[in-house]
Amino acid sequence: MFVINCPYCGEREQSEFKAGGEAHIIRPKQPTELSDDQWAEYLFMRKNIKGVQFERWIHTHGCRKWFNVVRDTSNDVIKAVYKMGEKPPTR
Amino acid sequence: MRNKYSIFSLLKNAFSYHENWEKAWKDPEPKKEYDAIIIGGGGHGLATAYYLAKKHDMKNIAVVEKGWIGGGNTGRNTTIIRSNYLWDASAGLYDHALKIWESLSQELNYNVMFSQRGVMNLAHNLQDVRDLKRRTHANRLNGIDAVYLNTDEVKKFCPIINTSPNIRYPVLGGTLQRRAGTARHDAVAWGYARGADEMGVDILQNCEVKGIKRNADSVEGIETSKGFIKSKKIGVVAAGHSSVIANMAGLRLPLESKPLQALVSEPVKPIIDTVVMSNAVHAYVSQSDKGELVIGAGTDDYVSYSQKGSHDIVEGTLNAILELYPIFSRMRMLRQWGGIVDICPDASPIISKTSIKGLYFNCGWGTGGFKATPGSGDLFAHTIANDEPHKLNAAFNINRFVSGDLVDEHGAAAVAH
Repeated sequence: MFVINCPYCGEREQSEFKAGGEAHIIRPKQPTELSDDQWAEYLFMRKNIKGVQFERWIHTHGCRKWFNVVRDTSNDVIKAVYKMGEKPPTR
Repeated sequence: MRNKYSIFSLLKNAFSYHENWEKAWKDPEPKKEYDAIIIGGGGHGLATAYYLAKKHDMKNIAVVEKGWIGGGNTGRNTTIIRSNYLWDASAGLYDHALKIWESLSQELNYNVMFSQRGVMNLAHNLQDVRDLKRRTHANRLNGIDAVYLNTDEVKKFCPIINTSPNIRYPVLGGTLQRRAGTARHDAVAWGYARGADEMGVDILQNCEVKGIKRNADSVEGIETSKGFIKSKKIGVVAAGHSSVIANMAGLRLPLESKPLQALVSEPVKPIIDTVVMSNAVHAYVSQSDKGELVIGAGTDDYVSYSQKGSHDIVEGTLNAILELYPIFSRMRMLRQWGGIVDICPDASPIISKTSIKGLYFNCGWGTGGFKATPGSGDLFAHTIANDEPHKLNAAFNINRFVSGDLVDEHGAAAVAH
């Protein structure tokens, strides 16, 4: 259990949010030309990092907007929060 | 067996005040090279080493464990064993395990306290009723014992359940697998460790894997906190940390690791003599031989390796427990903990070769791996020894995420695996 600083609403408890998994997985531009291996990579394979991970969250019980979070998954400490479409912080 | 446990050995050791029992397993230094290395000293890893030595005549084996054996999810689960899965592939896999459980204490000469007290799954809405009936039929076609119970039969089997039609999620029925039950989780790890050690397997505790050495298409060994160890066959059974090991080999897996919580109450006199699970309201409960209620909660929905879960998950589970069992309203909870479970997109495990020669993965057991421990070890040992899957784990290969031939067990297993 931790607190997330929603870029639109401010600090709220994690239970108000829903996790959307790994961020910056780019949707294939030419889906018809993808091989099965590439589809598997896009749909199923995940980094599942122990450490600093970039991920998406939605403020389900609040503004209902999506945004990105940089979080250390080994201790749940949040390093940064940034809006959709913004460049991820480099450090 | 070197030192067979029996009433006579108990008596003999009583004369020396039980101070001279032989150690159940040794604490060796790593050799330079092994024929096979198993990464992960939980139940599945130790069972794998045991069956490699016993059935495949490989004696030069090491089990490498970062902490102490059985200290991960093997020591953190709610010990439920059942095989009433929906699909044929899963039924084959889990019932294979259940059949081994039935004679495991005798085989290992170690009491794993397997207790076939039955597992009951409750239905709380019409879709649950349809799904559970379908599952009962599917189970019986696969030779797995299953019966469907109506509300009165549920009440008769477990009288403390509140079957009033006026609760938020009324009990409309349930399924019962009588051969299912529980076992003592630590004993499973210790029994397999003792058996494997006896056959010459090196159990290397406090030995953390730091890297996997490989050339272009095969593995060469592992870098550990106790130095480099050479091996041409490496089996990874690292549960929640499978992706971490996979990343060391430059491999990606279809897994997400999440905290799953459980809790136990203060010990009380026997009150519930079976296991009752309810997927719809995320609550399952049994009673340990010590008298504690053992309660399983759900997973958090975010990736985390922190071995602690969110409070609201526990609160939701206890709300459901209290509505179903009003008699527990004054029970006090003693301990709560989290384990990190690796979940596959189809809620089925991976017991498979990989694209790297000599590297094998047994992972993705999600919230329900304990029940499969003996079967998983047996089939993974077969896969490693023969470099080919056994027919029972052929469907659980890693390639199913490319071919699309998934084994979707969300319906049968969901959270309450």
